[in-house]
Amino acid sequence: MSMLDQLTNRDQVFDFLAPVASPVDVRHGPILYMEDVNVSFDGFKAINNLNLTIDDGELRCIIGPNGAGKTTMMDIITGKTRPDTGSVWFGSRHNLLTMNEPDIATLGIGRKFQKPTVFEALTVFENLELAMAADKRILPTLTAIMKPENREQIDEVLEMIGLKDLRDKLAGILSHGQKQWLEIGMLLMQKPRLLLVDEPVAGMTEQEMERTAELLTGLAGKQSVVVVEHDMGFVRSIARQVTVLHQGGVLAEGTMDQVSNDPEVIKVYLGEEA
Amino acid sequence: MATSTTWLLRPLQERSTQIFLGILIAALAVVTFLHLAMPEGSALHVSAYTVTLLGKYLCYALLAVAVDLVWGYLGILSLGHGAFFALGGYAMGMYLMRQIGDRGTYGDPVLPDFMVFLNWDSLPWYWQGFDMAWFAFAMVLLVPGALAFVFGYLAFRSRVTGVYLSIITQALTFALMLAFFRNEMGFGGNNGLTDFRDILGFNLRTDATRLGLFIATGVALAIGYVVCRAIVTSKLGRVSVACRDAEARTRFLGYRVERVQLFVFVVSAMLAGVAGALYVPQVGIINPSEFSPLFSIEVVVWVALGGRATLYGAVIGALLVNYAKTVFTGVMPDAWLFALGGLFVLVTVFLPKGIAGLLQKRIKRKNDDDPVKPQEATA
Repeated sequence: MSMLDQLTNRDQVFDFLAPVASPVDVRHGPILYMEDVNVSFDGFKAINNLNLTIDDGELRCIIGPNGAGKTTMMDIITGKTRPDTGSVWFGSRHNLLTMNEPDIATLGIGRKFQKPTVFEALTVFENLELAMAADKRILPTLTAIMKPENREQIDEVLEMIGLKDLRDKLAGILSHGQKQWLEIGMLLMQKPRLLLVDEPVAGMTEQEMERTAELLTGLAGKQSVVVVEHDMGFVRSIARQVTVLHQGGVLAEGTMDQVSNDPEVIKVYLGEEA
Repeated sequence: MATSTTWLLRPLQERSTQIFLGILIAALAVVTFLHLAMPEGSALHVSAYTVTLLGKYLCYALLAVAVDLVWGYLGILSLGHGAFFALGGYAMGMYLMRQIGDRGTYGDPVLPDFMVFLNWDSLPWYWQGFDMAWFAFAMVLLVPGALAFVFGYLAFRSRVTGVYLSIITQALTFALMLAFFRNEMGFGGNNGLTDFRDILGFNLRTDATRLGLFIATGVALAIGYVVCRAIVTSKLGRVSVACRDAEARTRFLGYRVERVQLFVFVVSAMLAGVAGALYVPQVGIINPSEFSPLFSIEVVVWVALGGRATLYGAVIGALLVNYAKTVFTGVMPDAWLFALGGLFVLVTVFLPKGIAGLLQKRIKRKNDDDPVKPQEATA
C-alpha cells in the first residue's frame, strides 16, 4: 500500500532511494548558515542578500523595524517560503532548501508562533505529553503507555518552564504568559536543536518578561535559540549577540552596546523610536 | 500480551466506568428478575413487550455513544450516523430473511418473499452467504466500517470538516435512503425486510428469545462503552481532543490528523452497525425510514441533551428522550416534535453541558462542601 503510494507520488524521491536520515553535523561550527538569500514577492524584495550564521548553542536576538524581513527569514528556515536564490544549511550536512516543512521539523527545528496555541481542554501535563517525541502513528498512540523516563522528561520541562504547580490544571485557565511558556515547553519536548521564537514577550507583564528571559537564557547552550523581538528592553536583558535587519538584509551585528551605538542603526531604527 | 491489551482494560479501573457498568448490570438483573419471577398480572411484573421496548432503548443508547465518540471527542458532527445503524440493521435483516427458509408465504426455500413477488428467479450475488450467521455478523461490522472508511478517507484527506462535513453526512444518509427505497436494489424497497422467525435457531416470537436479545443488547452496550472509554482515555483520545480544538497545531506536532479522524470515525460507524443489528430482531422490521435524515438528527439531539464528550451522558440522553417519546406519542402524538424541539432549546440555553454537566456540577459541589478536605483542614 505505502509502496504504491510512493510510486504514484511524483513529487517525491522514493523512500528506498532517499538517503537515510543522518544526524545534524555541527563539527564545523555553525548550526545554521544562510548565504546570499534573496526573496521577492511581486517585485518587492523582502529578503535582500541576507547572510546569517548561528553557532551551535547560541542565543541570538534579531531586531528590526516592521517589514525588515524577520518573519520571512523564519519562513525560509522552516521551509514555508522558498528563496529565489541563495543557500540555507542546517549544520554542514542538511540543505534546508531541498526539504519540506515536516521533515525540517523532525530534523530538529522548532518554531514558536507569535500567538500562543495550546490545547485548552487538556491539562498542562497532557499538552506536554502530546508534544513528546514518540511514534505518532495511530496504533502506537492508542496503546502508548507512559514510561517512567517519559514522566521524568515531562517533569524536567515543567520545572524549566515554571509550571510545575499547574501540571494537572487545564491549559485553558493559564494566563497569556503561562500559555507562552507552555508552548515553549511543548517545543522543548520535541527536543529541537534550533528553536525559532517569534515575539515571545508581546503582551506580557514585567515579571512574566523576566521569567521568559530566564527561561530563554537557560536554554542557550543546550539548544540554539533565535529570538525575534520588538521590545528593546527585553532584548537588552537576554542578548549576547544581536543582529539588526533592515530592508531584508543585515544592517549590523554585535553585542547590544555595539549595535545601539552604530550610527546606521540609530538612523534607521533607534532614531525612529526616539 | 499484557502490554497490548492493557489499554483496552484500563477503563475498568476507572471510577466512572465502574459506576456505569454497575448500574447497567443491576438494571439488566432487575428487569430479568421482575420478568421471570413475578407472576403475570402482578404490579411488579415486567411484560415481554416492555423488555423488548427497553432493549430498543439500549440499542439507541449504543448508537448515541457512537455518535458522542466522534462528536464529543473529535469534533465531527455526523448528521448521518443513522446510515451506519441502518446498514448494520440490513445485514442482520438479510440473515433473518434467509433463516425463514420455505416458511414464507410463497414457500420458496431460497428466495425471500419480496423477490418471488418481483418474479426474480435467483438470489442476487450480494445476498450470498447471509444464510450463515458468522458471515452476516461479520458484515454487521464490515459494511458500515467499509462505508465509513471510504467516506472518511475522501473527506478527511481533503480536510473537509465542520458544517461542510455535517452536510455531506446528511446527504450520504439521504442518498442511501433513496437507493434503498428502490425495489431494484433488492432490499425489499419500501417495505424493507420483515416477517422474521428465527435467530440462531431460537424462535423470535418467544419471550425467552426476547429476554435474551435484551440482555445481549445490554452486554453490547457495556462492551461498546468500555471500548469507547478505552479510546478516549488513551493517548489517542487526547490527540483526538487536540484535533478537535486546534487541528493545525496537532498537525504541527507531527500527528496525521486525517488518520486519527478516520480511525475514530470507522470505530464509531462499526458500533452504530452493531446497535442497528441488535435493533432489527427486537422491532421485527428494517426499512429505509431508518436512513431518514431526521432520525440521524434526532440522535444528535439525544447526545446534546445528555451532554457531549462524556459517553454516559449520551446513554442518559438516549434513554430519557426515547422514554419521553414513548409516553408522549401515546398521550399527544402531534405534540411530540414540539416537545422535542422545546426540550432541545431549553437544554442548549440553560444546560449547555447537558444533563451530564448538571450531574458533574452536583458532584463537584458536594465535594466542595466536604468538610474533611485536606488542604482546608490544615489551613
